Amino acid sequence: MAKQTPLYTEHQRANAQLVDFAGWDMPLHYGSQIQEHHHVRQAVSMFDVSHMAVLDVTGTDSYKFLRYVLANDVAKLNTPDRALYTCLLNPQGGIIDDLIVYYLSENYYRIVLNASRREVNFAWFTEQSTAFEVSLDLREDLCIIAVQGPKAIATVIEVMGESWQELAQLKPFHTMTQDNIQIARTGYTGEDGVEIIVPADETILLWQRLVDAGVEPCGLGARDTLRLEAGLNLYGADMTTKTSPLISNLAWTVSFKDPSRQFIGRAALEAEQAKGLKQQLVGLIMEDKGVLRNNQAVFCEGEQIGEITSGSFSPTLGQAIALARINTDVNKSVYIERRGKKISVKIVRPPFVRFGEKVYEVYNEE
Amino acid sequence: MQENPEHLYYSESHEWVSVNGDVATIGITDHAQAQLGELVFVELPEVGDVLDAGDEIAVVESVKTASDVYTPVSGEVVEINDALLEEPQLVNDQPYAEGWLFKIKLEKPAQVEELMSAAEYTEQYCE
Repeated sequence: MAKQTPLYTEHQRANAQLVDFAGWDMPLHYGSQIQEHHHVRQAVSMFDVSHMAVLDVTGTDSYKFLRYVLANDVAKLNTPDRALYTCLLNPQGGIIDDLIVYYLSENYYRIVLNASRREVNFAWFTEQSTAFEVSLDLREDLCIIAVQGPKAIATVIEVMGESWQELAQLKPFHTMTQDNIQIARTGYTGEDGVEIIVPADETILLWQRLVDAGVEPCGLGARDTLRLEAGLNLYGADMTTKTSPLISNLAWTVSFKDPSRQFIGRAALEAEQAKGLKQQLVGLIMEDKGVLRNNQAVFCEGEQIGEITSGSFSPTLGQAIALARINTDVNKSVYIERRGKKISVKIVRPPFVRFGEKVYEVYNEE
Repeated sequence: MQENPEHLYYSESHEWVSVNGDVATIGITDHAQAQLGELVFVELPEVGDVLDAGDEIAVVESVKTASDVYTPVSGEVVEINDALLEEPQLVNDQPYAEGWLFKIKLEKPAQVEELMSAAEYTEQYCE
């Protein structure tokens, strides 16, 4: 029996097509995935992401523990309203999960994890925490609604009331908390917006008030094309325990700055870097009509030089886009094969779309 | 869901066939388009292609997946629906009308008798 979020009946009422996602019944779309995509880019929509896991870390060693277990450095969170994107690595430098950590108050951090990695992560955190004075609490009593789009901030303030007026000044990757509700200026779409972490028993009412304010529900189908346009990796597709951040376009999320900080995976990453990186995660654009697909081989001069890790169709650009892991020494034109035909693709630096506009740059233009 | 029109013939691979004299018009069923989701790309045969029943003839791609289309009847392609190259979603919106894919000059008109009726197709796939 698949799990359901408290918003399940709201999804049914909105005629969602529900699919199994990591053991949860979640909305794929509410009629048109493509229109839902455009609505996020042009106005404001919301996603039920209550299947994601909220893990609270408290205790006197919270800071020390997170500096050890996370690849990015929570020392960057110098005031209790900031958030940080980071990978959770194994000792081999492979990615166990990617997550956002919020600094809420002294000795109180909150982590939001992928639904599919909930159990694995909790076991990992628990195992690594034995030498530290910390408590780990998986918050089953909280839900998450992501409100995204150019009108998101104004609409959320309108719905939540005057006491949330400061949201208008809240910077990206910052958060504020009032009345047991935490709102962060974060998201997974490449648009402005917030993620609202709200007590489960207040979630339906908040959802309904957002609907009344003109916020349209958006399913996981559009969430995937939005994040791909934004050049944001998907765990399990673009990165796994077999790939390091260095070959996943995530080197910027690893902090080597403090030489005394021996976080898990550091030694492996340093060794990988010293040997020279063999692979890289890049963006691909196909100018011919069609759709790029996960696991499609990428070729250069008759040799396979990599594979698409996430391929789809970009509704904003009207063409196929993908993330692909390819060899680092490729600088010639590359192509994929579709039904026996070679179709050239351009290598680009993601993101493809930011704030509704095309932003990519091609780097194998001849 | 749209009704499967009475006057059409249906294949197990979810194509429909409409016969007008010795020319058959072929598309995919409403059930098929609903399973695929919104189409973003349609690859059509070329006029003049000669095919046997069961041959792969076209490809329809949605954001989610790509699916081959097979011709349920043998013959020569005499017309393709060019409008789909610009507006593939016509297949979603009007699978039995503006969303047709191609027309074939029937080589063996009796082949349509082996296909399903609307009632048979509906019973097998749409209930």
